[in-house]
Order: sequence, then structure tokens, then C-alpha cells
Amino acid sequence: MELLTNQILAGIATGAIYACMALAVVMIYQAIDHLNFAQGEMAMFSTFISWQLLQWGLPYWAAFLITLILSFVGGVLIERILFKPLAHAPVLTNVAGFIALFAIINSCAGLIWDFTIKEYPTPFGSAPFLGSQLISTHQAGMIGVTVLLLIALYAFFTYTRVGLAMRAAASVPESARLVGINTSWMIALGWGMAAAIGSIAGMLIAPVVFLEPNMMGGVLIYGFAAAVLGGLTSPFGAVIGGFLVGIIENLAGTYIPGVGNELKLPIALALIITVLVIKPAGLFGRPIVKRV
Amino acid sequence: MSPLLNIKALNAYYGQVQALHGLEFSLNEGTVTTLLGANGAGKTTTLRAICNMVRTSGAIEFDGAPLSNRSTENIVRLGIAHVPQGRGTFTTVTVEENLQLGAITRSKSGVASDIERMYAYFPVLKERRSQQAGTLSGGEQQMLAVARALMLRPRLMLLDEPSFGLAPLIVRDLFNILGKINREDKVTILVVEQNAQLALEIADHAYVIETGRIVMSGKAGEIADNEDVRKSYLGY
Repeated sequence: MELLTNQILAGIATGAIYACMALAVVMIYQAIDHLNFAQGEMAMFSTFISWQLLQWGLPYWAAFLITLILSFVGGVLIERILFKPLAHAPVLTNVAGFIALFAIINSCAGLIWDFTIKEYPTPFGSAPFLGSQLISTHQAGMIGVTVLLLIALYAFFTYTRVGLAMRAAASVPESARLVGINTSWMIALGWGMAAAIGSIAGMLIAPVVFLEPNMMGGVLIYGFAAAVLGGLTSPFGAVIGGFLVGIIENLAGTYIPGVGNELKLPIALALIITVLVIKPAGLFGRPIVKRV
Repeated sequence: MSPLLNIKALNAYYGQVQALHGLEFSLNEGTVTTLLGANGAGKTTTLRAICNMVRTSGAIEFDGAPLSNRSTENIVRLGIAHVPQGRGTFTTVTVEENLQLGAITRSKSGVASDIERMYAYFPVLKERRSQQAGTLSGGEQQMLAVARALMLRPRLMLLDEPSFGLAPLIVRDLFNILGKINREDKVTILVVEQNAQLALEIADHAYVIETGRIVMSGKAGEIADNEDVRKSYLGY
């Protein structure tokens, strides 16, 4: 029984990271109808920036905050420079753009910080949380930061005018322009926020997976699985999907014979395929009907 | 008096297809003008051209300033509210949020009292205020679209087939409210309608458009009384 509770709690902790990645993916998907394959690399690069700031002697939370802001600016710049010109381009052009972005960021990180694996500190420590052996303080911290982030995002989208404008622009762009919303900047804002959310995921997971240019590959696939499971049209669903994927991953690794740690990743892929076959809109998504 | 909206030699294109051919007309401030014509005559295109939502050449002047180099959202910010065909409801947000969106370019002051004013015009919207707007009936969504446009406190309101798909009684109410808005709030109105009879009742001035050209213009009453025009262009 203790093992089960332990695995579920550990699943919720990593699930929090998947939830962040899924949320970042869904925010961009809502804005431009494409999956950002480079979301993980953007998060990785942000994490390297924070590591560099720490190396220069900044306190953890100062580095965290500065990274958040830089990531936001970086996300906006990527949209303005690379994806704004592609707004009316065919799907494949956009896919090529995402893959290029993936490769560029990955190589740049390797060029600047090399490919050796680096340790990354946790501000929460790794002692047992509240004296319990069930989860560590870092895992509790991951969950805590994610919950705070989700509350902040909920408040932003529900109670601020910019949040309302962003929702309107994502839902009916033409009407949004007709009430005077600059939909193009709303998309850029969505990119900035997605980049910042991803940077949080990167900084929280780095102490677990260690810091290196390929650290987010697996995490992003889990994030995609979470987004697909919850529904690409539903930010709420993406978050629930993230936690579910975290729990499923851990339980399958523990209880299904032969899966173990090595075969955890295919579970995410199997989940994506299962959802797409059985319920393409995901648990909380709306089916998308296109007039042709 | 110089006109509030002045359109000269306006051409509009969808890809290679030209939809408007040298359209010319003008609106005076405080008036109701209706643009009449059959399906495909270019009525909707004219409204979309004013908001820079189609490719155009020619001149469109609002209050003496050209609109041609402005983006749609910047044209709206000048005080031109557009109630689009198909209503353009923000289906995934609530009725009240739809109204807030109408005023999103304004400062926050006065928005709450304007929302109450809209609820007074359209009591059914008040009943449904916290419902998702996509769950409203067609008629209710049309009222919401008009209310949302009014939330801008526009100087000029463009309406694209407000009567489309509505029950006759609701249409009557809607046009009464439009008349009231024009009289009390001094909003200039340009309404595109298939229901010519109704539009001519509230309009001061009417233009008849055919295959992208103005073929007839005059006082609404004169157009309504001209049997030839009615038979050839208005179909009643």
C-alpha cells in the first residue's frame, strides 16, 4: 500500500511538470493551431540561462525570476521573427519551422554550454517532505510551484481584460479584430507566456533529469501525451492530462511486469495513439468541426 | 456638412475576382442609411471593405481621414462598430464577457453601466448573462451582437443583415431598438438588408447596389414609393 501511495505521489510530482509542458503546448496550439515541437528545447535553453545566472552567483529565486522574464521576451521574439511571417503558410511550412527551431536551439545550447551533463540545484532540498518517506521536499516543491502557477494563470484569464482578450482572439479571431483587439500581439503574448511556463517546467525538472541539451526530449513527449489526453482545445484538460500521465507512467513502470524504467516512454506514445483512436478530442476537448 | 463616411471609386477583390466596381456613396452624421440589393450584389463586401477586411483600392474617408492604411482593429478603435454576418459571437465565453469584449478598447469607467443599459434594451441577455454565449438561440445571439457593437460607444455602426434568420416579431423589436439608438445616442447607422421593406422604414437614405455598383440612391421614402425600383431590385 505504501508503494502505491508513494508511486501516485511521485506521479503527481512529475505530472506537474508534464502539466506545465502540456499547458505551454496548448496555449500555442490555441493561438496558431500548430503543435510547437520546439517547446521542450525552449524550456531547456531557459533552464541553461538560469544555470548560467546561478553560476554567476545570483541567488536561486532571483535567477528564477530573471529567467522567467527572459523566456517571456524570447518567446515573443521567436513569434515575431519566425512564426508571424508564417501565419498564412501551409501546415508543412510551419512544421519545418518548428523542427528548424528545435535544431537551432539544441545546437546553440550545445555550442554555448557543451553537451556534458550538469547538476542543477533545487531550492527545496531533497529531504523527506514533512518527515514522511512518501515524497521528497523537491517533489512537494514541484507540485507547490505548479499549483501556484495554475492559480495565477486562472486568475489572469478569468479576471483581467488582457486575459479575456486573449481568449477571445483564440476563439474567434475575426470577431476579436472587430472589437478592436490586436490579435497578432495576442498570439505573441501567448508565445511569451508559453515560453515562461515551459521555463518553469525546465527549472523544476532539471534537478531530477540533470541539465543537458537533450533533457526535455522525453518530458515534451509526455507533455504532448498529456495535452492530447486532456484535449488540445482545453487548457484545463491539459493540466488534468499532465497529472494523469504522470500517475499512469509511474504505476505502469511499477506494476506492469517488463515495463520498468526503460520502457516508460512508449507508454506515453501508446497513450497518445489510444486517445486519438478512441476519443480524438481528448477528455475535456471540444471536437473541432471544419467546414470544407 | 461634410459626410461622416465618404466612399469614392472603391474597388474590392477576392483573389482575382473583383466584387466592387467603383462604388461611391456617403453617409451624413446621425442618419440611418440602408444598402439594398440582391444576394451577391456586394453589400457584405462593402461593409468588409470599410473595415479593411478585403483587398481594396479607392478611397474610404471617415470623418475626413483616410482608412485605407489602417488595420481592422485600428479602424474599430476610431469608433466604427461592425455587426458581422453570422453574428460573430464569442461562443466559448459568457454573454457578459461578450459585452465586456465589445468595450475592450475603452477605459474601464462606464463599462458596467453600459452593460446595464444593454440589459435594459435586451432583457433576455440579462437572464442569460452568465451562460456560454454559444448556447443562445440565433435571435438572442443577434441581440448580443448588436449589444456588443454598441458597447464600443460607436460613432458609426455597420450592420450586416441583422434580420437574418430571426422571427418577424423579434426583427420588429430589433429595428425599433436600432431606431432608438440612432435617435437617442446619435449613432450613425449603415444597415445592409435583404428585408428591404423593413430597412426602408427606419432609414433616412437608401442606396441600391447591383453587381458591385450603386444603381440607385435617394431618400428612403422615395425609394419605397417607387414601384419600378421595388419590383426590379427589391422584390416586394
